Amino acid sequence: MTAVLEVRDLQVRFSTPDGEVSAVNGVSFDVNESECVGIVGESGSGKSQLFMAVMGLLAKNGRALGSARYRGTELVGMPVKELNKIRGDKIAMIFQDSMTSLTPHLKIGRQMTEVLQQHKGMGEADSRARALDMLNLVRIPEAARRLNQYPHELSGGMRQRIMIAMALLCEPELLIADEPTTALDVTVQAQILELMADLKRVTKAAIVLITHDLGTVAGLCDRVQVMYGGRFMETGDVRSIFYEPQHPYTKGLLSSMPRLTEDRRTSLYAIPGQPPNLQRLPAGCPFQERCEFVHDRCVAELPVLSEARPGQDKACHLVSLQNPVTDPTRASIPVQPRADRPAAVA
Amino acid sequence: MTELLRVEDLKVHFPIRTGGVLFGKYTPLKAVDGVSFDLRAGETLGIVGESGCGKSTLGRAILRLIQPTGGRVVWMGSEDITGLGAEAMRRKRADMQIVFQDPLASLNPRMTIGDIIAEPLTVFQPELSKADRKARVKDMMAKVGLLPQMINRYPHEFSGGQCQRIGIARAMILNPKMIICDEPVSALDVSIQAQIVNLLMKLQEEFGLSLLFISHDLSVVRHVSHRVMVLYLGKVMEIADRDSIYAEPLHPYTQALISAVPVPDPDLEKGKERIVLGGDLPSPMNPPSGCVFRTRCPRATDICAQVVPPLEEKVPGHRAACHHWGPPGHPQA
Amino acid sequence: MTQDITGGAQRARIIEKAAQTSEEVQGRSLWQDARRRLFANKAAVASMVVLGIISLMALFAPLLSPHDYDAVYWDYIAVPPQMENSHWFGTDANGRDMFIRTLYGARVSLMVGIVTTFVALIIGVTYGAIAGYVGGRVDNLMMRVVDVLYSMPLMFFVIILVVVFGRNILLVFAAIGCVEWLTMARIVRGQTLSVKRKEYIEAARAAGVSNAAIIRRHIIPNVIGPVIVFMTLLVPVVILVESFLSFLGLGVQEPMTSWGVLISEGASQMENAPHMLIFPAIFLAVTLFCFNFIGDGLRDALDPKDR
Repeated sequence: MTAVLEVRDLQVRFSTPDGEVSAVNGVSFDVNESECVGIVGESGSGKSQLFMAVMGLLAKNGRALGSARYRGTELVGMPVKELNKIRGDKIAMIFQDSMTSLTPHLKIGRQMTEVLQQHKGMGEADSRARALDMLNLVRIPEAARRLNQYPHELSGGMRQRIMIAMALLCEPELLIADEPTTALDVTVQAQILELMADLKRVTKAAIVLITHDLGTVAGLCDRVQVMYGGRFMETGDVRSIFYEPQHPYTKGLLSSMPRLTEDRRTSLYAIPGQPPNLQRLPAGCPFQERCEFVHDRCVAELPVLSEARPGQDKACHLVSLQNPVTDPTRASIPVQPRADRPAAVA
Repeated sequence: MTELLRVEDLKVHFPIRTGGVLFGKYTPLKAVDGVSFDLRAGETLGIVGESGCGKSTLGRAILRLIQPTGGRVVWMGSEDITGLGAEAMRRKRADMQIVFQDPLASLNPRMTIGDIIAEPLTVFQPELSKADRKARVKDMMAKVGLLPQMINRYPHEFSGGQCQRIGIARAMILNPKMIICDEPVSALDVSIQAQIVNLLMKLQEEFGLSLLFISHDLSVVRHVSHRVMVLYLGKVMEIADRDSIYAEPLHPYTQALISAVPVPDPDLEKGKERIVLGGDLPSPMNPPSGCVFRTRCPRATDICAQVVPPLEEKVPGHRAACHHWGPPGHPQA
Repeated sequence: MTQDITGGAQRARIIEKAAQTSEEVQGRSLWQDARRRLFANKAAVASMVVLGIISLMALFAPLLSPHDYDAVYWDYIAVPPQMENSHWFGTDANGRDMFIRTLYGARVSLMVGIVTTFVALIIGVTYGAIAGYVGGRVDNLMMRVVDVLYSMPLMFFVIILVVVFGRNILLVFAAIGCVEWLTMARIVRGQTLSVKRKEYIEAARAAGVSNAAIIRRHIIPNVIGPVIVFMTLLVPVVILVESFLSFLGLGVQEPMTSWGVLISEGASQMENAPHMLIFPAIFLAVTLFCFNFIGDGLRDALDPKDR
C-alpha cells in the first residue's frame, strides 16, 4: 500500500513567555491509502498540534521541525501559496467546533462553491450543482434550501455534516478529522459516525481520526496510535490495541473507562497523577510519573517505539504487562535526567 | 430509606419575546415541563439526556438558583421549598449543594482556594475562629485528594481535575445531605474522570450523601447510579433502577440512546445494529403535540400525536412514558 | 505528587519541595502576574518614574526653591529664566517666580486629578455594581438617572455653582466629580453584567452567600481591572478639564495657581515672555503623557485573554 502521508521525526515547539514548550516530540508514521487511522490522546498529548503542523496551521509562535511528506512533497516549511493548493483540495481537515469553522456571515452555498471555484476552477452553476450533490451525499434533508441558509440557522449535527461535505468536495486523498463528534449529542454523534462509516466505504480517502474517545475509534478505525506527552506510546491494528494492549498507558485508559455493559459498582481503575505539563516533561519516558510499573531505567532512558508483537509497536521498557520487568533488548535512548527533578522511585 | 427530595410536576418555562411591536408577545420556552421523581437518602439518581432536555435547568430549579414556574419541590418529606422566601431558602442551602461542569469557571479567580472552600463556612458557621476554619479546610482538602499545603494557591494554578476537587471540597465542607452534580466530569480528560468518579463514590459511601448525577455520558451514569431517569425536551421518558434500565430499556428513546453510545470494543462496535434516530431536536419553544419524542421515534403512530403518554409503571419498579413501550421489535398498543 | 501546570520550572520546584515538607506554598495571584507584565513594559515604568519625580517635586516644593509662590519681586518682572535670584523658570508678569508657581500648580492639578478620580471611583463603582447586579427595573431606573445627568452640560453646571457659591477650588472638585462618576458607573455596570453570568457567582449563591457579600467579594474584585485602566485614563481628562476651567477663570482663586491658570496667563504673554507659557505647558503635557502610558500599560497587563 502506498503511503499518502509520511511523517518522519516531526517535532512541534512553541515559544512562550515561560520558555519553550514542546508539544510534539519526534513522531514518525505513515498513513496509507484508504485506511482509517485513529490518533488517541488526552490533553497535552500533542495529537492536534501534530496535524496542525502538517497542515501548516500552527499559531505564530509555533514551529515545526522534521518532515511530513504528502506523496513525496515536503509539507513542513512549504510556502503558504503552495500549501493552499494542497489544503482543501488534496488534504482536507474538519474540526471540532463547526460553528467557528464556518464563516458566520456567508451563506452555506457560497462557502461551498468558493472551495470548488478556487481549487477546481469550476463555474458558478457547476459548483452549485456539485455542492448540492455533496449535501445529498451527507444526507442533509432539503439540501437546496440549505444552500441559502447561514450557519447559525442550522443545528450542530447539520453543521458538522456540512463540514464533512465541504471537506469532501474536492475528493481529497486525506481527510483529517479533529474531534469531529466530541461537541455533539450522543444520538447526533451516532448519525455522524454512521455517515462516516458509509463514506469510508464510498470514497477512497484515507482518514485520520483524532480523538480522545476510544469508542469512536473502535467503530471507525483500522489502525490506532496512542499518544502521550508528545510521543507515540503504542501503535497497532485496532483489535490488538483494544484486546491486547501492550503499553501501561493504553491499558490504563481502557481500564479506567466505565463500560455500558458492566455490572459491578466497584471503583474504576484510575491512572494516578495529572496530565503532563508540557513545560516540564521528564527527560525519560513521558509516562513515568503515572505508570504503576515504573523503573529507574524509565527515568534514565527514553524508550523508543519498537515492535512488541507482530503488527504492534510500543515505546516501553517492559517485557510485557503480564511480566512487568525491564527488557534489556528493547531499544532506548539514554538521556540526561533534568537537573531540577528528583529521580523517580523504582 | 428516608425520602430526601420529592419533585412533583416541576415546570420551568422561560418567557421569550417573539414579537409584538408595542407590548411584546411572549412564547414560553419549556425547558422543564412536568418532571416528577424522588430521591432517597444515600442513593444516586442519574439524570441523562442530551442537550435541550432540561437536565441542567432541572438541577438549578431544585436548588432554586432558577425559579420554578410550576410544580413543587419537597425537602425531607414535609417542607415545600418551592415558594420559600429568600432568607429561609438561604438557610436551607447548607444541606443541598452543587458541583458544576466547568471546573475552573466555577471558582473565583481572585480568591485563594482556601478562601473559596471556606466561604460556605463563613456564611453558616461565622462563629468559627480563623484557625478552626483553616483546619477544617485543610482536612477537607486532604479528603478530596488535594495537598493541604496548596491552600494559598489560586485556581488558575491547578489542572482541571484538581479544580473539580476544589469544587467538590467546597460543596462538601458543610456536610450536606444532597449534592447535585451537573456534568461534573464532562470537561475532564478520560484518565481524570475515573479519579473524580471514584472520589464522588467514596464520599457518598463515607458521608451517606445523596447525589443527583446529571450527565449525557451513559457509561459514567451506569457506573455511579442506583436509579436512572431519562429526560427528553423537558419531560421524563423513563425512570427505573439502574440494572433494569440498561438491560431492558422500555422506551424507544432510551433504547436509541443506549445503542448510540460508542463502546470501546471494536468487534461489538463494528458489528453493532445501531438505532439511528432521524431528524433533529425540536425547539423547546414549540414542542410537538402529544408525545414530544414522536417526531424522531421509529414507532410513532397517530395516537402519539394526540395523547401525551403518562409516566406509569409498566413493569414493577420501572416507569416509562410511551404508548408503544417494550423491547425493540415488540411494540405494545 | 502533584504537578504545577503553569508557571515554569522554578515554581514547580517550589511545589515539589512543599509536597515533601508540610510548608504552605504561596500562591501566585492574577494581580501578581499582571504586576509582572506591567513592570516589563518600559514605557509604563519610565512614565511611573517621571510621574513620581513630578509628584515629589510638587510635594517638596517649598524645599526646592527659596521663593514663596506669592512673593512679588519688583525688580524681576517677566524676566526670562536665569540663575540670578534663582529664577530658574523666570518670573511672571507680576514678578512672581515661575518655578515655584509651576510646582504649586502641579500640586493643585495633581490633587484635583487624583482626588476627583477617587471620589468618582467610589461612587461610580458602588452605583454601577448595584445596578448591574440587581438588574431588572432597578437597573433600568438607575441607568436612566445616569443618562439624564449625563446630558447636562458641564460648563453650565460649573457656572451655576460658581454663581451660587463663588470661586472656590472645592467647586472644581465637586463639579468634575459629579460628572466623571457617571462614566465610571456605566463601565462598572457593563462589567458587572458580564461577570454576573459566570459560574462562580452561581456557586456563591448556591453556597448561601448574601447578595451584598457577593458584590463585595466576587463581583467587585473581578470588575476592577478595566476600572483601574479607566481611572488612569480619567486623571488626565480631569486635569485638562480643571485647566480649562481655570483658563476661563472659573477655578482656583488668586494667588493660588494651577497649570491652567499659568497657561492662561502665559498665553496672553506669549510674544514677549514665552517662558511663562512653555514651562507649565511642558509639565502639563508630560504629566498627561505619563498617565496615558501607564493606562496603556495597565490595560495590556490586565488583558482578559490571560485570565
